[in-house]
Amino acid sequence: MIDTINEFSTADYLNMDLLRFTTAGSVDDGKSTLIGRLLHDTKSIFEDQLIAVEQASKKMGDHQVNLALLTDGLRAEREQGITIDVAYRYFATPKRKFIIADTPGHIQYTRNMVTGASTANLAVVLVDARHGVVEQTRRHAFIASLLQIKHLLICINKMDLVEYKEEVFNDIREDFDDFSSKLEIQDIQYIPISALKGDNVVEKSTNMPWYQGSTFLYTLENVHIASDYNLVDCRFPVQMVIQAQSEDQPGFKGYAGKIEGGIFKPGDEVIALPSGFTTKVKSIDTMNGLMDEAFPPQSVLMNLEDDHIDISRGDMIVKPNNQPQIGQDIEMMVCWLNEKQMVLGGKYAIRHTTKMPNA
Amino acid sequence: MHKYHLSHLKQLENEAVFIMREVASQFEKPVLLFSGGKDSIVMVRLAQKAFWPAKIPFPLMHIDTGHNFEETIEFRDNLVEELGAELIVASVQQSIDEGKAVEEKGPNPSRNKIQTVTLLDAIEKHKFDAAFGGGRRDEEKARAKERFFSHRDEFGQWDPKNQRPELWNLFNGKKHIGEHFRVFPLSNWTEMDVWQYIAIEHIPIPHIYYTHEREVVRRDGSYLANSPFITVMEGEKVEKKMIRFRTIGDMTCTGAVESSANKIEDIILEVAAARETERGTRTDDKRSESAMEDRKKEGYF
Ligand SMILES: Nc1nc2c(ncn2[C@@H]2O[C@H](COP(=O)(O)OP(=O)(O)O)[C@@H](O)[C@H]2O)c(=O)[nH]1
Repeated sequence: MIDTINEFSTADYLNMDLLRFTTAGSVDDGKSTLIGRLLHDTKSIFEDQLIAVEQASKKMGDHQVNLALLTDGLRAEREQGITIDVAYRYFATPKRKFIIADTPGHIQYTRNMVTGASTANLAVVLVDARHGVVEQTRRHAFIASLLQIKHLLICINKMDLVEYKEEVFNDIREDFDDFSSKLEIQDIQYIPISALKGDNVVEKSTNMPWYQGSTFLYTLENVHIASDYNLVDCRFPVQMVIQAQSEDQPGFKGYAGKIEGGIFKPGDEVIALPSGFTTKVKSIDTMNGLMDEAFPPQSVLMNLEDDHIDISRGDMIVKPNNQPQIGQDIEMMVCWLNEKQMVLGGKYAIRHTTKMPNA
Repeated sequence: MHKYHLSHLKQLENEAVFIMREVASQFEKPVLLFSGGKDSIVMVRLAQKAFWPAKIPFPLMHIDTGHNFEETIEFRDNLVEELGAELIVASVQQSIDEGKAVEEKGPNPSRNKIQTVTLLDAIEKHKFDAAFGGGRRDEEKARAKERFFSHRDEFGQWDPKNQRPELWNLFNGKKHIGEHFRVFPLSNWTEMDVWQYIAIEHIPIPHIYYTHEREVVRRDGSYLANSPFITVMEGEKVEKKMIRFRTIGDMTCTGAVESSANKIEDIILEVAAARETERGTRTDDKRSESAMEDRKKEGYF
């Protein structure tokens, strides 16, 4: 952690990459304890926050400082001692910057869990070593897979309560391995930890010499995310059309949006869907100058050779030799998050990138 | 770093630009809430980038408590002129004069809370359906819970227990007539990110963020600027100190810290070494444990 003035370097800071991860698990598996420990051991908790949490803990009659109060930011959460909605926390080590989405474990708040997990590169699922893989473990792992999260980290927690036994770890690991063939996640790792005692969280545990793998923090710092984006299939959904009149840019017209996939360069031949008109990329412009290429997840402004093509929000710019399929009949899985039941055959609005058709 | 990989600050910038464009596309009449502080100044820069070479397609609105640092107002007016943007000033004093809001009593009357009245009034009057705020999730625990697109009912209220799902980068701005959204493009930025961005983008900021000599009063663990808006209480003394502000807001509740930082690099080192959050100098947050959540529910920024 950025601890003292001398250790801090702006150059390093600007070069850091970003890992977004989410934490899930059943209630009482030790999620808050784990996050609290991580923040504490990386010196990411400010003094006034710690004092506020200490005072709140006392008020609630806790003898220990309850680090869950760091993330349970809503009054209702504190009063009921549960997590209702996702809370975001930020910390950095010299290697990476992290965004934690601490999500609720209760079933009725699954939509909040899904909200927090959807933007994550990696999902941490906690398992209580005494109970092993339970329904909630499978549910959370399955949701992570549905959301297309690329990396899954199964933390088998409370190892101190099972005498740090290797068999316990191996049994749980095998059990989950059987289930994980149903998931779309390629990268699954297992770490035995004690969030409370700190084993294998930031420091390597001396209580589990049989474990040769990395600690929790080391894994977060080193998991390979550079190839998580699709750099092959070029997809540029148009978010808005930007027009401007100025002296150096008379009659400027460009297409603003976020690159969802692939690499676009000036000169590339492109096709606008659904119209099917083809043209070339003239330039990729920013306020700070021209770009040589654009890739995900950049938000850019694309200028096309042919200004007269009718392209608007919801259209997609792709490459002619790699087009998405277009169709009206699609088979899909619907995950319903509202309390009100879905009506079969009902009419619903769906959002697909920047497009909002009815279905 | 991998050639096709963005640094964290670039990722945040791209995310914020995407959000701004999404608002401009989904809403009829957005507005950018501009306080004159560093976060709203960064927001203006991001808005310039999002719509360049076109002008920022929405006005800036300042909720003016009347308790301003002169430097902030000067800075605001210069910036607006440079941008060629429209500025709306909604006055808390006017809300008080019209009897819509009541001034707090006591030795430390803050207009922080009653700004909400003026804000909601102005949103209704101008029929704004989306208002950009510079709030960040790292600032405060209730903010840490909020969505990028945060729904407000017809009374301008936030229901934190019933927020909408917000998946991937799909943002849902659907609403009923009279309702509006607050949108927070800087949600994922930390205080350090904001300062680093100001540094690499060479963004000008009001000079009260840098060290200067000022008459201050020590109160509740921080220094308050001596001004006609606060009453010096018994036992307190006005003294001259070399200070700077970590946040800029209403003069009655924005505390200063002793500092010799006179350039952005110094500020960054100070932020890196800080053991207190920036809101630690804000007396408005210290009033109760859920002060921010309560204000936000009522429609605060
Ligand atoms: N012995 C032991 N107890 C733990 C460990 N991790 C968490 N706990 C305890 O388990 C209880 C629930 O933990 P908490 O972090 O609140 O769980 P959450 O509901 O998942 O956030 C608390 O009493 C913790 O002190 C661990 O590694 N070992």
